[in-house]
Amino acid sequence: MKPAVRALLACAMFLAISQLSANNNVAGPYACNALQFHLGADTYAELRKAPEKAVNRANPLENDGEAVAAGKLLFSDHCAECHGDDAKGSRKAPSLRVPEVRNATPGTLFWLLTNGVVRKKMPAWSKLPEPQRWQLVRFLKSPETAPVASVDNASKP
Amino acid sequence: MLYKELSLNHVRISLVAALVLIFPGLYCPLQAQENPYFVTYDHNLEEPGNLEVEYFSTFGTQRAGNNFHSYWTEFEYGVKAWWTTEFYLDAQTTFHDSTVYTGFKWENRVRVLKHEHWINPVLYAEFEDTNGADKTLKEIVGHDTEAGFADANGEARREHKHEIELKLILSSNTRGWNFSENIIAEKNLSNEPWEFGYALAASRPLALKASANRCTFCRQNFILGAELYGGLGDRHSFGLQDTSHYLAPVAGWNLPSGWTLRLSPGFGLNGNSHRFLLRWGVSREISGFDQLVRRLFGAKS
Repeated sequence: MKPAVRALLACAMFLAISQLSANNNVAGPYACNALQFHLGADTYAELRKAPEKAVNRANPLENDGEAVAAGKLLFSDHCAECHGDDAKGSRKAPSLRVPEVRNATPGTLFWLLTNGVVRKKMPAWSKLPEPQRWQLVRFLKSPETAPVASVDNASKP
Repeated sequence: MLYKELSLNHVRISLVAALVLIFPGLYCPLQAQENPYFVTYDHNLEEPGNLEVEYFSTFGTQRAGNNFHSYWTEFEYGVKAWWTTEFYLDAQTTFHDSTVYTGFKWENRVRVLKHEHWINPVLYAEFEDTNGADKTLKEIVGHDTEAGFADANGEARREHKHEIELKLILSSNTRGWNFSENIIAEKNLSNEPWEFGYALAASRPLALKASANRCTFCRQNFILGAELYGGLGDRHSFGLQDTSHYLAPVAGWNLPSGWTLRLSPGFGLNGNSHRFLLRWGVSREISGFDQLVRRLFGAKS
């Protein structure tokens, strides 16, 4: 077989994997829209798995005046693609403007960002330096990402 | 005449590479946060559904032969948060000789552990379909030495290689630093012994906190580090004898526009190594490539 044909076959295989994974990425009843994604019973269960030591960690940037603004830019660069520009969620990932996230401690959110939920498509963000992850936590705890009360009400029958 | 043909082929391949890079520019870019390594892998995988298109070059000096410029394009796709697949196309130009396509590679990286640990293992498996003219030096294994790259392209490309390569990637992120260690085992499927190699790297951004304003020249956009890599012989003669080794400072620049630039001058550490390797690369990440592919095949968005 000619080298070019072999390369084309390998390329086709690569594209096929992309297509299969794309189908998987939107499959399931909770993928129809952002509001329904929110209703998955275990969507936020990972937050409860944070070890106590992590839960109790305080945000070292709690008093940093620029942390929220920097966190907002980081969110836009790394998180908005899946969680939406306004953090209300999308077909790929749940809303972050919910009481579960709001009530989680900064240490819990930091732990989740660091570890991700790699079996459920959320990557580990340990490649961001620690201060940047804490800046993201500040943004998630800021008034800009306060829970949207209407989400729950709107989706009730 | 030879020079004319050489430059035409070189220009053609460069144009194709440029088009491949312009294509992702039309789609949603993401500001990447990439380590600047050329040879060493860390445990940070591609985000699911994203495609990173990368172009890399290596200029190498050659004693008892002609200097060369090898280049490859990588398509790195995040299948899952724990699985990244990557496809390479390789070519090279040997000065005063010719420009040749040298083959393709297909690799997969799988994250083993669910959570982040002090050391994070990733398993790597690659299939290579290349010819003997391959000079990408993407990994150094076995008794790879400078003398093995001196053959003319016409002769070298007659050798066809089907190889599998396995790596154990160990990597840690701590206090802004990344430390990565790769243990490499490669086997030519045509009844040749397993060959071994290693790659070590460390890097750190110039600033750990992000700026509150979007900026091109902020210190957090620049990552500096170094790589050390080389061969460890084969199954019959494991060790450092007749092997080559390199030390290479690396620098990366993650631009807010979504582009990442990398540069690395590498220096041979013994008489078996190329004296000097200059590597550079440019990459861009496309978010939502999975949805793009779905639409391509007729799915509704």
